[in-house]
Amino acid sequence: MKKEELYAKMATAIIEGRKSEAEDLAREAIKAKLDLTEVIEKGYVPGIQKVGELWEKGDYFLPELITGGECMKAAMAVLQPELDKAKIKTKSKGKVVIGTVEGDIHDIGKNLVSSMLSANGFDVVDLGADVKLEKFIEKAEETKADFICLSALLTTTMLGQKKAIELLKQKNLYGKYKVLVGGAPANQKWSDEIGADGYAENAMLAVKLAARLKGA
Amino acid sequence: MIKTIRPKLELLSRRFIEKIIDEAYEILDKQGIFVENKEALKLFTQAGMKVDKKTSRVHLKRRLVEKCLATAPSVIKLYDRTGEREYTVGGDEVHFDPGSAAVRILDHKTGEERKPDTKDVVDFCRLTECLDNIHFQSTGLISADVPHPIADIYRLYIGLIFSRKPVVTGTFRVQSFRPMKDLLAAVRGGDKALAAKPMAIFDACPSPPLKWSNLTTQSLIDAARAGLPSELISMGLTGATSLVTISGTLVQHVAENLCGVTIVQLAKKGAPVIFGGSPASFDMKRGTPPMGAIETMMIDAGYAQIGKYLNLPTHAYMALSDAKTNDAQAGMETGVGAVLGALAGINVISGPGMLDFESCQSLEKLVIDDEICGMAYRLISGIAQRDEPIATDKFEGYTPETQFLSMPHTKKWYRMEHLYPVIADRDTYDAWVALGKKPIAQRAAEHIEKLLRSNPPALIEKDVRTELTRILTAYAKANGIESLPALP
Repeated sequence: MKKEELYAKMATAIIEGRKSEAEDLAREAIKAKLDLTEVIEKGYVPGIQKVGELWEKGDYFLPELITGGECMKAAMAVLQPELDKAKIKTKSKGKVVIGTVEGDIHDIGKNLVSSMLSANGFDVVDLGADVKLEKFIEKAEETKADFICLSALLTTTMLGQKKAIELLKQKNLYGKYKVLVGGAPANQKWSDEIGADGYAENAMLAVKLAARLKGA
Repeated sequence: MIKTIRPKLELLSRRFIEKIIDEAYEILDKQGIFVENKEALKLFTQAGMKVDKKTSRVHLKRRLVEKCLATAPSVIKLYDRTGEREYTVGGDEVHFDPGSAAVRILDHKTGEERKPDTKDVVDFCRLTECLDNIHFQSTGLISADVPHPIADIYRLYIGLIFSRKPVVTGTFRVQSFRPMKDLLAAVRGGDKALAAKPMAIFDACPSPPLKWSNLTTQSLIDAARAGLPSELISMGLTGATSLVTISGTLVQHVAENLCGVTIVQLAKKGAPVIFGGSPASFDMKRGTPPMGAIETMMIDAGYAQIGKYLNLPTHAYMALSDAKTNDAQAGMETGVGAVLGALAGINVISGPGMLDFESCQSLEKLVIDDEICGMAYRLISGIAQRDEPIATDKFEGYTPETQFLSMPHTKKWYRMEHLYPVIADRDTYDAWVALGKKPIAQRAAEHIEKLLRSNPPALIEKDVRTELTRILTAYAKANGIESLPALP
């Protein structure tokens, strides 16, 4: 199979949400000793970009969006050991520490954002749900993160987002990380009020916001 | 007289109900359910259930759940602040209460949502007190001018001072139950008197899929032991936190609620518990939980029918809307919900006043919804024969000049047979123009002013109020809060 043909198939596998096919094509690329950085950039990335476009256009709904993200992650998981072996560093758009704040066990929104960020080239450390606020900061320090993303679904737990920022200030780390907030009760006003760096309405807008903030 | 039919909505056949329940039992047994509360896990272990302490997962056997169902009361009596008025929660009785725990209020003057303060909460409670078709009050607004640790108890405190109606409430923190119960007991004159005549329902929400958190499980246990009814609020989102099919969501809903019933009965045999919920048809485009979706209401009517089959009182979040303002959508979704909920015979219907996915209360909407609830009540009271014979005697001596308007028959029945709304527009076009072409929200706002002006606050007795303030202040102090907003 020609390289271009393979790339097109990879994109299609992501767009149509066929996980095992996306993985098989990654294995095929490894076997053919292709340049894996090119495989990612010309094969898979155009696929996930198309998924995002279709979602924005309103053709795709959340199930297609999230499936696309998962296919992308699955393909990357096949490629990663080879990239590590060859000591190839993939271009990361930024390092993200993400989780749902303490006292809140809801993680569906957080999972969507986490999945979309990772599918779109961000390096994501997902701490899960009900995460102690100190843990976000510890992990961000440890992994030299660019972003701390705080999710909250409940009006009672969204205060954790504010507390996390206060904690950063106490530790003299405020400004070191871009802090993004999300979840049903959050909005731009809340983000401004507590001194966060941004809020996004949905997972795709979160990807755009992070990309914009990283570029700035 | 021919018996009046109580019109009813049923969406499931008996066979379908039994299949849903069977599958729920199978999941509770095989996959089990997570209960992140040590006391509950101990109760399960004592009852002979297999508990994995590491994962907090309990495998529930059908025989235990059925035993617990047998001891759960099918009818609950709730009493108002005076202890004199009794409300039956069970059978096909319907009671509306304002949708609960909004963090924002729609400010009629600006048309914008904003954070509510103490004055808003007081107005909200006073208004609820004035509305005849809203039988219960709810701690439906969270006052932003008090610190978070006392936010849950503070709204109950205001409700008890300014309204006589029984109250639907709930805890935000495990340690809040005690002082909230103490407030209620102070109104009744002691814990025993409170258990004998409960005036509050405590909402407790499992976290879908198949999980009861520490907070809500503790609330179930504490309420059961205080003799106060708990409302089980399962809330699967189709395709997001439960299966995408309505029937699949019902299976999970029933499983979570059955676990709740079991916790309550193990904590105290015979304790009151309501089979409720707040599920929604998840919007796959926007990722939002629309409460005004027809599928949401179908899930509600479906699990309520199953709750009735299980001989339990029922509850749902209906008669509310996802609109952001008092527009046609607000009326449409609220109207459909109120009517369907009433037809389904759901005992406690929480929703009136609510907008924006259960996050915003509007006083104007509450007044409009009171009228909608009135329509729903009228509908379920059905068509009655009233007279024997119905008509023939009234037509004796009939001439073209016969006047219906002046007939004694008309005077006798017209107020019982028909409603005469205050808010809905029934004016002629010219009269509507002459009155200023006012939109419904404006008519509602004017009506609110009139209601609050003409109805003095239904204040609690002074000595009880002093005691309530003492309990609240002590709890606030214990949480490092020295001052509280002044009450009007």
